[in-house]
Amino acid sequence: MEKRVRFRSRWLPWALIAPQMAVVLVFFFWPAAQALYQSVLSQDAFGLSVEYVGAANFERLFADEGYLQSFKTTALFSLLVAVCGLAFALLLAVLADRVVRGAAVYKTLLIWPYAVAPAVAGVLWMFLFAPSIGVVSHALGQLGIQWNHLLDAGDAMALIVIAAVWKQISYNFLFFLAGLQSIPRSLIEAAAIDGARPWRRFWTIVFPLLSPTTFFLLVINVVYAFFDTFAIVDAATQGGPGKDTAILVYKLYHDGFKAMDMGGSAAQSVILMLIVVVLTVLQFRYVERRVQY
Amino acid sequence: MVERRPVLTALSHLVLVLGVLIVAFPVWVTFVASTHSAEQIAQSRPLSLLPGTHFLDTYARALFGGMGEYGGMKAPVGRMMWVSFVSAMIIAVGKITISLLSAFAVVYFRFPLRQLCFWMIFVTLMLPVEVRIGPTYEVVSQLHLLNSYAGLTVPLIASATATFLFRQFFLTVPDELVEAARIDGAGPMRFFKDVLLPLSRTSIAALFVIQFIYGWNQYLWPLLVTTTEDMTPVVMGIKRLVAGEAYTEWNVVMATALLAMLPPALVVLLMQKWFVKGLVDSEK
Repeated sequence: MEKRVRFRSRWLPWALIAPQMAVVLVFFFWPAAQALYQSVLSQDAFGLSVEYVGAANFERLFADEGYLQSFKTTALFSLLVAVCGLAFALLLAVLADRVVRGAAVYKTLLIWPYAVAPAVAGVLWMFLFAPSIGVVSHALGQLGIQWNHLLDAGDAMALIVIAAVWKQISYNFLFFLAGLQSIPRSLIEAAAIDGARPWRRFWTIVFPLLSPTTFFLLVINVVYAFFDTFAIVDAATQGGPGKDTAILVYKLYHDGFKAMDMGGSAAQSVILMLIVVVLTVLQFRYVERRVQY
Repeated sequence: MVERRPVLTALSHLVLVLGVLIVAFPVWVTFVASTHSAEQIAQSRPLSLLPGTHFLDTYARALFGGMGEYGGMKAPVGRMMWVSFVSAMIIAVGKITISLLSAFAVVYFRFPLRQLCFWMIFVTLMLPVEVRIGPTYEVVSQLHLLNSYAGLTVPLIASATATFLFRQFFLTVPDELVEAARIDGAGPMRFFKDVLLPLSRTSIAALFVIQFIYGWNQYLWPLLVTTTEDMTPVVMGIKRLVAGEAYTEWNVVMATALLAMLPPALVVLLMQKWFVKGLVDSEK
């Protein structure tokens, strides 16, 4: 895609693109290069001398139980967030698409969580599930379920998954609704005339046609769970109990800013960047831009 | 609606209403908690689900600070809201401005290294602030930008998504408009101002909503670059209020949480049409 007609100027385009390039160079490329550079260095305990250690930081990371554990935690967390979030949003979107009257009202009622900050979402749900004063934890106690996310790793994981899914509901809902509304009515009607019931129509026609949207959202939700949920974890569980909800981004922050391990946290940064690159390539290579019929 | 199925429709509405209630429940509890006193919350097992009588004094204490029930001073949330608002505005306006200019340069001019510049902007998609916090923090502190609006906003201003969106949009603008402008003797900047900007109004509005919310809800970055109370954004302020379950004044925390939610929620609801369009279009 190129323009036929253009303007001519020797200096103007440079001036136009300069602000963006300045920000990109100073705050993106320079730090990224720094991370690469620091990841092969090691600092002594007093921060006085630095030496080149090659891949030692990476070797140390992958030999570290805690880091591998954090990988598993993150994988489990993103899987749960993506699956639960997509399922719940898809259910609501299909129903909202079905009821012609009031679809717009439901849309309005469901899009506002998008505006809630992840950190606030974390605090809200933590308050609901707080062991002694929480409304939900009290109700669970009445049912004979002892809830304590300060002690139980499973409960803590459930808490951050719930908060993360809740925050992402509106996003998934909007995309599913847009996808559903772009499916031609004639297909559904033809199936109905052939005698297919709603349940059957959904699984044989609607769901397959939604697959591009679903796949796109899957990638987006995994990225979200990996990188945008730091605030949720920090506000709700602080990575605890122990290190059981310390996802990769949280561990990176903790090691770099609390434990002051420069080389180790830089190496973690590099690994995370690689993960983002893979996910972005996935998103652009395999996700169709538009739903094609 | 293909066929009439009254039972199924009623069921759909029921499930939807349940869904909406589940989604809204945490916010209702937040509101209720903010209308009780800290004492009542700490001693109630469980909290009642009906509003209490402490609405005004809780919010007054949250907004303007003052002595807490358990002693200790509270930082005023009013100031935090202001910091959040200014940062969100700088981020939203800044992102849109530099993206418009760079998209215009990439689409309407041909200059050496054009592709390279575009790719460099594109690659920033792969470097979210979360994965490079350490080095970025060092750069900002070396530039002496800690505890300043510049430090809070500038590192977040580059935007591959916005540049992308505007580039896509400019490519759909008919070439005849450029030709007409050139015949009329308009230079590139004149064309940009009088033709492109008015045409891009919808995209700008949509992006504004998304970026304003992005800016308002930042948490990790402010956590690193602000250490003083007067430069704390509200989202981070909440975290500072949550000290520990025994001494947390939950009513003030919850009032602050509601105040922090309000502006972005209003922006989304008031600009819903553009927001939905912008979100669904820009991410494709």
